[in-house]
Amino acid sequence: MAGLTLRDVKKRYGETQVMHGVDLDIEHGEFVVFVGPSGCGKSTLLRMIAGLEEISDGTVSIGDTVVNDVAASKRGVAMVFQTYALYPHMTVYKNMAFGLKQAKTDPAEIDKRVKAAAEILQLGDYLDRSPRNLSGGQRQRVAIGRAIVRDPEVFLFDEPLSNLDAALRVQTRLEIARLHERLGNTMIYVTHDQVEAMTLADKIVVLRDGRIEQVGSPIELYERPQNAFVAQFIGSPKMNFFGPGDLAVNAAAVLGKELPTSQQVGLRPEHMVISDAANGVVEGKMELVENLGEYAMVHMITETGVEFIAKTEKPPAAKKGEVISFTIKPELAHYFDAETGLRS
Amino acid sequence: MAAVTERSNFGKIAWPIVAWIVALIFFFPIFWLVFTSFKTDADAVKPEHLFRFTPTLENYTNMTQNYDYWKFAINSVITSTFATLFALAVGVPAAYAMAFNPSRHTKDILMWMLSTKMLPAAAVLYPMTFLTKNFLGIFDTHFLVIVVLCLINLPIVIWMLFTYFKEIPKEIIEAGKMDGVSTWGEIKDILIPLAWGGIASTALLTFIFCWNEAYWTVRLTTIDAATLSKLIEGNRAPEGLFFGRLSAVSTAAIAPIVILGWFCQKQLVQGLTFGAVK
Repeated sequence: MAGLTLRDVKKRYGETQVMHGVDLDIEHGEFVVFVGPSGCGKSTLLRMIAGLEEISDGTVSIGDTVVNDVAASKRGVAMVFQTYALYPHMTVYKNMAFGLKQAKTDPAEIDKRVKAAAEILQLGDYLDRSPRNLSGGQRQRVAIGRAIVRDPEVFLFDEPLSNLDAALRVQTRLEIARLHERLGNTMIYVTHDQVEAMTLADKIVVLRDGRIEQVGSPIELYERPQNAFVAQFIGSPKMNFFGPGDLAVNAAAVLGKELPTSQQVGLRPEHMVISDAANGVVEGKMELVENLGEYAMVHMITETGVEFIAKTEKPPAAKKGEVISFTIKPELAHYFDAETGLRS
Repeated sequence: MAAVTERSNFGKIAWPIVAWIVALIFFFPIFWLVFTSFKTDADAVKPEHLFRFTPTLENYTNMTQNYDYWKFAINSVITSTFATLFALAVGVPAAYAMAFNPSRHTKDILMWMLSTKMLPAAAVLYPMTFLTKNFLGIFDTHFLVIVVLCLINLPIVIWMLFTYFKEIPKEIIEAGKMDGVSTWGEIKDILIPLAWGGIASTALLTFIFCWNEAYWTVRLTTIDAATLSKLIEGNRAPEGLFFGRLSAVSTAAIAPIVILGWFCQKQLVQGLTFGAVK
């Protein structure tokens, strides 16, 4: 059983501190996704778990062992890199066998494991090829295969899909989900793509500026974001925010509460419905409609100059520049402190 | 459109001509050298015999009779080969460390290494001669020549290797770490196979630099460790009367390296562009 425990983990580069005391518990077999904007420290945190980056302070434990001073290869983790990082001078077979060879594994055992991994990843026909003769998706599968053969306690993925094109990304995402189901190992996955996070994760960790903003299941994060940052980061298009002055006259009646000046209200674009002025929570001039067939993105601007987006089933009948009102079910409105951004 | 086409047509003809002219200017001294080596010493200095003369191998037969050409040649091979090997043995780990585990001072260290090339060699001639002759007793030994050749080329070796190693993605080395490779294994199983072309270019250039080195090899040797540079130097008569003989010796001294360079042109070009073309 190999869960993972991070206690007050800090990272400093010289004078600059980039991770500010991260606490996190990961259960055995969980699929955990680290998300956050670039520079939030998600990759650094993963690399600290991997053993590629020194831990300045705090402890990382895998199972019951503190691994701060354990070499990367002895931690029982395997990593899949964004750039695949295959050894270009070795065949697919040798790429996968290399780690086992370093560990002086019996050649028959190496062969068995490499063939088994190749079978899972449908790489059987490519074992003698060199990485340069493979497509991006195949290379990524080899990189995953290289991780599988080592039979690690924990898989680490560092933005594994970002070098693939859109169609392949969806397919590989599914393969990774299937792989997790099949192997049942703990997996930690770094991405900036919230769709990957929402679809793959048992648990999402949202990071910003080297701190954890929220940990929770995808649906928890979507339904009850603990602060404005998480609220905006999860969900696409992102949540709209309004201050008391930006709302329509009847907003208090519809929402069932008067919005104090110390608060702001967050409304998800997909929850907003076109209504008459009497039931409107917000209203604004229509600026642009993007009609995608299955739904439409209506870009609006309020009288006070706040831009917002509504996602509607059909494009509105109104023309550009006309005023439209939107309403929302009161229970779908999120309230945050205007100053701290915390949920209130 | 027409103007552009005309200009590029002009360029298609003009640039090769310029290139050929420049190449001929560079090649001319070599041509002259080989040409003169087949003249007698008397013919070599007479303008009327500039192109009309009877070719002779006299200079070459004299050379092999009067000097032990092969001894000098073997000394050149030994010193250049070992100096190159030692420079690589030190340079590969040094460049590896700086390319993949850089510190805040890596750039400074590289600059400092290069700055040693700015030291005028003449400034340390006296201490070098005195110390090696009277103090260490290694004057005119292969050991001394190898050490000196190795050290004067080390900065350029490290710079070149550093540039090549920098092109290798850091993740591949990190993947090696995850796979449990030792530091030596990283160099042996990952770095060297991946940077093989660069290492070969560096080795070749270093070998040529060592072979051509004349300042120290002439001054720190007399007989035992004397290289082909010393052989040329020894045939340089102050009166300038033996041009035929000198040319023959010089031709024989540069021939091996010119032939080596000819066969390894591709590697050399790659080496000289410092991996800029890829």
